[in-house]
Amino acid sequence: MHELSIALGIVKIAEDETAKAKAKKVTKIELQVGVLSGIEIDSLNFVWESAVKSTVLENAEKVIDIIEGKGKCVDCDTEFEMENIYDCCPNCGSNFKGILKGKELSVKALEVI
Amino acid sequence: MCGTCGCGSENNGPKILKPGEHKHVHGDHHHHQEGHAHSHATHHHHDGHVHTHDHSHDHKSKVLIIEQDILQNNQVLAARNRGYFEAKNIFALNLVSSPGSGKTTVLERTLTDLKDQIPFYVIEGDQQTMNDANKIDALNVPVIQINTGKGCHLESDMVFEAVKKLEMQNNAILMIENVGNLVCPSMFDLGESKRVVIISTTEGEDKPIKYPDMFHTSDICIINKIDLLPYVNVNVQKLKDYALKVNPKLQFFEVSATTGEGMQAWYDWLKIPS
Repeated sequence: MHELSIALGIVKIAEDETAKAKAKKVTKIELQVGVLSGIEIDSLNFVWESAVKSTVLENAEKVIDIIEGKGKCVDCDTEFEMENIYDCCPNCGSNFKGILKGKELSVKALEVI
Repeated sequence: MCGTCGCGSENNGPKILKPGEHKHVHGDHHHHQEGHAHSHATHHHHDGHVHTHDHSHDHKSKVLIIEQDILQNNQVLAARNRGYFEAKNIFALNLVSSPGSGKTTVLERTLTDLKDQIPFYVIEGDQQTMNDANKIDALNVPVIQINTGKGCHLESDMVFEAVKKLEMQNNAILMIENVGNLVCPSMFDLGESKRVVIISTTEGEDKPIKYPDMFHTSDICIINKIDLLPYVNVNVQKLKDYALKVNPKLQFFEVSATTGEGMQAWYDWLKIPS
């Protein structure tokens, strides 16, 4: 359940940024989570309430942008959709690929008052 | 940090101890069940296009564009650890596996056989107990135990604190035995030179694709308990093929830490790190 560590990381970013902006609390937070990032969104939702309790994020609306996975084959340059980190090139079957998209795990924006 | 509520109470925070040091527990830590809140998680699916939002509102709220990696804190401290190891010519290994793969046995055997040739230091990560640190201490190898409490993995700040206590000499090998868990430790860089995933022949050949993130981020794969191959229904080649599907650059060592079979190749690699 490393999602708790991730949630606490999000809380820390939100606390720091809210203080910097001299705001009181966050009303909305936008996250980016790639499907290859290693985070289960259900698990993140599960730990969310306890992680944000008594922080600036308590009662904030959480919006998650899910970023689809995309890879590029090193051998034949084919670009392809990836659901799993071990997906091979659909064109030539190679396991060597670069991941172009889908590893994202970031706080995109905060709406504060 | 407390794994139940995420609070930073002293009792539930990670404990970083030398064998023989005592833990001081102050009071109790309670979790109260309070009123239930409900979250409004909305899921947006991106289809690749970039869209801009109009963030003007009629009340006095404002939008802060952050674009910050959530793991950034861990990565910054990991980079600090890595720089320290490089400056001291310390080859740091992060040993990861599921519980029961024989991580500690591989480590004990390695230390017993090589400690007269190479100076070793060890950081042990477990949720509870000093057991592993005591085993290493019995071999006269300097060791620090990190008890993560409810935490399921080591993070770079814990390693940073443990390293400060170790007071390492130059030109040595640091073995960091992570918490037994094939999922969570994969996301947390500790500043190691190489990541070593250990899997045993009793675990089933498809484990690399069941837990791909760990195999994806590792450099070395030790297949342990090969002495049990006659008794278990596992095809080692198939296991390797699955692992290579996840990570084509993975390098393998097939060993039995109990009988010592295959350990020499691993030792040769340790002595001349590629």
